[in-house]
Amino acid sequence: MELENILSRAKKLAEEAEVFLVTMRETPVGFEANRLKRLETRESTSVSLRIIKEGKIGFSATTKLDDPDALVRMAVETAQFGPLARFILPSAQVYPQIEVYDPGVEAIAIDNMVEIGDSLITKIRGHTPEILCQAGVSKSVGMVNILNSRGGEASYRKSFFTIGIEGMLIRDTDMLFVGEIDSSCRPITDLDALADTVIEQLELAKHTASVSTGQLPVILTPRGVRSAFFTPLVLAFNGSVVVQGASPLVGRQGEQLFDERLSLWDDATIDYRPASRPCDDEGVPSQRTALIERGVVANFLYDLQTAALAGSRSTGSGNRARGGMPSPSVSALVIEEGDTPFEEMIRDMREGLVIDMLIGAEQGNVLGGEFSGNVLLGYKVERGEIVGRVKDTMVSGNIYHALKELVAIGREAKWVGGVLKAPALYCPSLAVATKG
Amino acid sequence: MLATEEVRQQIGQALKGQLADYVEIRIEEREASRIQYRGRELEDIGRSTSLGGNVRALVKGGWGFVSFNELGELRQKVELAVKQAHLVGKEVSKFAPVTPVVDVVEPQIMKDPRAIPLARKKSLLDEYNEIIWSIPKIQTSVIAYGDSGKRVIFANSEGSFIEQTKIDLSTRIVVIARDDGDVQQVVLSEGSSGDFGFMEGLHEEVRQAAKRAVALLSAPQVRGGEYTVVLDPVLAGVFAHEAFGHLSESDFVYENERLKDIMVLGRKFGGEHLNIVDGAALPGLRGSYKYDDEGVPATKTYLIREGVLVGRLHSRETAAKMGEKPTGNARALDYRHPPIVRMTNTLIEPGKVSFEEMIGEIKEGVYVKNWYGGMTSMEMFTFSAGEAYMIRGGRVAEFLRPVVLTGNVFTTLENIDAIGNDLEMNEGGGCGKGAQSPLPVSNGSPHIRIRKCLVGGR
Repeated sequence: MELENILSRAKKLAEEAEVFLVTMRETPVGFEANRLKRLETRESTSVSLRIIKEGKIGFSATTKLDDPDALVRMAVETAQFGPLARFILPSAQVYPQIEVYDPGVEAIAIDNMVEIGDSLITKIRGHTPEILCQAGVSKSVGMVNILNSRGGEASYRKSFFTIGIEGMLIRDTDMLFVGEIDSSCRPITDLDALADTVIEQLELAKHTASVSTGQLPVILTPRGVRSAFFTPLVLAFNGSVVVQGASPLVGRQGEQLFDERLSLWDDATIDYRPASRPCDDEGVPSQRTALIERGVVANFLYDLQTAALAGSRSTGSGNRARGGMPSPSVSALVIEEGDTPFEEMIRDMREGLVIDMLIGAEQGNVLGGEFSGNVLLGYKVERGEIVGRVKDTMVSGNIYHALKELVAIGREAKWVGGVLKAPALYCPSLAVATKG
Repeated sequence: MLATEEVRQQIGQALKGQLADYVEIRIEEREASRIQYRGRELEDIGRSTSLGGNVRALVKGGWGFVSFNELGELRQKVELAVKQAHLVGKEVSKFAPVTPVVDVVEPQIMKDPRAIPLARKKSLLDEYNEIIWSIPKIQTSVIAYGDSGKRVIFANSEGSFIEQTKIDLSTRIVVIARDDGDVQQVVLSEGSSGDFGFMEGLHEEVRQAAKRAVALLSAPQVRGGEYTVVLDPVLAGVFAHEAFGHLSESDFVYENERLKDIMVLGRKFGGEHLNIVDGAALPGLRGSYKYDDEGVPATKTYLIREGVLVGRLHSRETAAKMGEKPTGNARALDYRHPPIVRMTNTLIEPGKVSFEEMIGEIKEGVYVKNWYGGMTSMEMFTFSAGEAYMIRGGRVAEFLRPVVLTGNVFTTLENIDAIGNDLEMNEGGGCGKGAQSPLPVSNGSPHIRIRKCLVGGR
């Protein structure tokens, strides 16, 4: 087998070695302007090699499986300059049983995928005939193999199924964007839920409303939480940011910095979720890691190297973006549900905003916790009712202020794009700036 | 190396006799190296190679696409793409005609990064890191450098056979200052299409960036609202890209009747002083090339001339469907993706106003420089400044925390009331669209002034 061949060649030149192989086969079906536009098949294979030579890390990657010597040569070349390895590669482990493969995904016929896209578009156009939709339905199957010089060995198969739809509605020069995406390791059967979400967005956005510049209470839907809070949170708990002292949370473990009802964890162990897996990309078993427990800063996310630098243990968060060097990152963030129904939050509001989608919120000083974005989809609330969509409006804040005291946390948490499960969050006051 | 006689024959064989309106094959071989420091410690150094390809087929208006790493059995892959296209196509293919091209394009290289030893690249980053760490109150830094060289063979069923080699280099330097729980950062982003020299003289810029990061700790935040803003050439380039460039990409428009009405040629978007251009034919920039990924020769396209919409960016399909000429803007990030309509080098042409005149007339406003990023939904867009100052009584006044600005394409371009005489191009960063990011592009502009621009803040 290729992995063993690469490993044995690397071991001749280095003290330790680890080989990571990933193969994928993806079949996307694409719709544009309300009709089927393309069928695709994407196959890929890549192998990467990490070595420790004279205590230093070397790294190389390739898609060419027929030249292991070149791969080893490149890794050895980089190891001369590489960082000191502070960790020990994991030996053979027992991995948790986490279901991430469903043969039903591969078995879905292309015709069925086309039907799914067609029926979603038909249903949404049944509500708003003039809308222009693009949609994607995609199935994929991947295989991950890890082998290292300490006897560590992992391999698992994973399936994905994703349905995404985006609608665009133009009136004069006003453009409205609506959409929803769902993904799973199993076939997705509840198409009505997807269509209904989009139809609800269209209903709520039928009228427009205006707000004035100033501080206003804001309810963020799960998608709103994703677009405003996700990136600053992900950075703050990232072990490599933490070991550099660049996270505002450094040295604050055990302190209550957030609302006492707020709990947040990272979880790669939920069956059939796209971010789940038995082990991370370094062969460390997956786990659920508490990040915020009842408002208190709990843990950070580490891979092997950053854990060693922090004097901690890997949380199974070593990820390789496209087969690159491992670095810590979230699997799936989960924010615990609260006890307030969404309708009740709205009823509670005299004047404020509901934010469903911001654009550009992640461009500012996200490291410092800041967000500032244009409201792509959001609604004005007056005396307990949504009165219309707002536009040309910016919402800004800092997560360390915004999440310190919440008015309420929603009763229902919802997955947003596979990486976040969140309830709606009701913030007492955010800065709103608008035209005029 | 890649286009051996054997490969040529395989491609020729694979394309022969297919029942499709159009078929193309792309084979790509790439070599890359990267170095990243986090703080004082080198975090990541690596080299990679890749070899892969794809086939795209068009039948009756429907597309099939197959991508792969294993180059064997090319004919079967073409057959699969053709079969997929047959399943989709139910109309008539529209695809703008271009003259088939046979050519070999070598890159314009000033200082080839592939010839520079890793040790030299690393020691240069060491120098920048030393400068950063010589400034007090710096918490940490991230310095990332990457270069890549790729050779792409493009062949289609019309007889084109093009080999192009491209070199791309980029760096991103982030300086982070911290005071208790307050974390501030400054980002420098630069790139080049074939000259390692761009990496070599950044010492003073790095020093200034580090000083700014520290200064941000004590800088106030602007109050959100509408301001008269002056954009420096770097940020104004990002503005041109986000505010208008994306809306000029015809794949958004060509099958959208309402958008076609809005984006009708001849519509006025700005004052007579406003000229916006995009083109890969502008030489020596990160978005420059001789042929796009459909084998169409690069052009220079006026999007706005004297304030009026006069052109847009096309692939062969969008051009045919809109009855316009292809502009050579179909680009694919790599072999794993089909080409889509993209920008290349986008700029606002210089006007006549000096910077002093521009700010001299402003009682209270904001001067914004450099960039963190930008994003658009076409109608509304945001772009963020890495550096901001109040303007008071016609002068640049106190330093502010970075700001995010937003606009609406139907009002903001009209609100540009002054265009400077000092055009500069910026080659940092990259552009994302769909799943294809970051694509090398460049943006540029002189200083510009925008009235009533919405700025986010406290």
